[in-house]
Amino acid sequence: MTKYSVLRSLIVQEVNDLGVRSVGIIVFISLFIGAVVTIQTALNFSNPLIEDSLIGFAARQSIILEFSPTLISIIMAGKVGSYITSSIGTMRVTEQIDALEVMGINSLNYLVFPKMVAMFIYPFLIAISMFVGIVGAYIAGVYGGFLSSDEFFTGLKEDFIPFQMVYAFIKSFVFAMILATVPSYHGYYMKGGALEVGKASTTSFVWTSIVIIVSNYIITQLLLS
Amino acid sequence: MKDISTNFERGITNLIIGQSGSGKSVFLKCLIGLLIPDSGEVFYEDKQYGKLRPEEQRELRKQMGMVFQGGALFDSMTVEQNVMFPLKMFNPMSSGEMLDRVNEVLERVNLPGVNKKLPADLSGGMQKRVSIARGIVNYPQYLFCDEPNSGLDPRTSSVIDELIQEITKENNITTLINTHDMNSVFEIGEKIVFLRDGLLEWTGDFKSVHHCENEHLNNFVYSSNLFKQARKANLKGL
Repeated sequence: MTKYSVLRSLIVQEVNDLGVRSVGIIVFISLFIGAVVTIQTALNFSNPLIEDSLIGFAARQSIILEFSPTLISIIMAGKVGSYITSSIGTMRVTEQIDALEVMGINSLNYLVFPKMVAMFIYPFLIAISMFVGIVGAYIAGVYGGFLSSDEFFTGLKEDFIPFQMVYAFIKSFVFAMILATVPSYHGYYMKGGALEVGKASTTSFVWTSIVIIVSNYIITQLLLS
Repeated sequence: MKDISTNFERGITNLIIGQSGSGKSVFLKCLIGLLIPDSGEVFYEDKQYGKLRPEEQRELRKQMGMVFQGGALFDSMTVEQNVMFPLKMFNPMSSGEMLDRVNEVLERVNLPGVNKKLPADLSGGMQKRVSIARGIVNYPQYLFCDEPNSGLDPRTSSVIDELIQEITKENNITTLINTHDMNSVFEIGEKIVFLRDGLLEWTGDFKSVHHCENEHLNNFVYSSNLFKQARKANLKGL
C-alpha cells in the first residue's frame, strides 16, 4: 500500500491538476454555450402563443440535463483524459512505472487511485458549469432583448423537478470515474515510444467519449424513463 | 531463453554480457520480477521468488535498487525528491534524517549541490549517478543496473563502473550489471555471464576471458582491433 501521507499529497496534487486547473475552461465554455442555447431557443420560438418564459425553462433543462454533465465531460475527455494518458504513457515509455514496481510500490495504486479520488470533485465542477451556463443564458436572453428578467426567472422555476438535479449529479459522478479510469488504462498499458504516447492519447479520447455517450444513454434510460 | 542456471554472489560485481537481442534485459527483468518466466525459478537466498505472495514479493523488492538504462528518474520531481522517494515511501525516518541520507548518497556519487535541480537540467552521466543514488539510498541488499554506461563517454563510463564497484564492496551487496561495454568487462567483471541467443554460453571472470577458447565469446569480446591487440599482448605476457 502507498503510505498515507504520500497518498494524501498525491490526491491534493491531482485535485489541482485535474479539477482546479479545469475551472477556467469550464466557466468560459459554459458561459457562451448557455448564451447560445438561449439565443437559438428564442429565435426558434416564433409562435406568439408560446410564452417567452419558456426560453428560460428550455435553457435550464438543456443546461442541467445534458449540456453541463455530458458535453462538458466530453470536453474534459479531451483535456483531462489526454493529460492522464500522456502523463502515465510517458512514465511507461521512460521506465518510470517499472522503477515504481522495482521499488516495491503498487504502481496502479500509486498512479490511478489518487486520480479516482481526486475526480470526486468533478460534480462540483459540473455545478459551477450549470450556474455559469444559466448566468450566460440570463445575460443573452435579458440583455439581448428576447425576454424580461421576470420572464426568465419564471421560466427557470417552472416545473422544476429536484430529482433531475440528482440525475445530473449521478451522471456527473459516473462520468468522473470514466474520465479517471479509461485514460489511465490507455496510458498504463500502452507499448512503444513517444509516437505511441500521442496515438494512445487520441485513442483514449475516442474511447472515453464513446463510453460517456453510451453510459449517458443507459443512465438516462434507467433513471428518467 | 532456456537452460540458464547460475548464481550471483554478494560483494562482487556480476556482469551479464551479450549482443543486442541475446536476452540480457529479459533475464534481468525475470530476476527482478517485472517478467514472469514460463518455467524455472529465481531464488533470493532461500526464498523462491515465484512462490512468494504479491505482498511478500513487494517486501523483497524493497531490498532492491535498480539503475535503469535511461535513468527512469521521475521528471516532475527534483533530484532531492527523486532520491528521497524510496525513503518517503517505506522508511520511518524523520524529514531531517531523510534529507541527511539524501545528501550523504549524493555526496557518495559525487553530486553535491544539485538537490533542487530537475533531471532535465542534468547531463546523461549526472542522471545515471542520480539514478544510482536513488538505487542505494534505502540500503538495498541487491543492486541491478541495466546498461549503466549506455550513451556515456568513456571517461564517465569508467567513473560509473568504479562507483558501482566501490558501492558493492562498501555495502557488501549483490550487484548485477547488464552491459555490452567491453571496458566494464575488463575493469569490473568479477563474475561474467555471457548470454547468446537466450542461452547461457559461458561463465567466468575478466582474467579468464583472455584465455577462453569459446568462439562466440571471443567474437563478441574481441570484435574491436584494440581488444584483439590487448589479448595478443596479454597472452604473450607483455
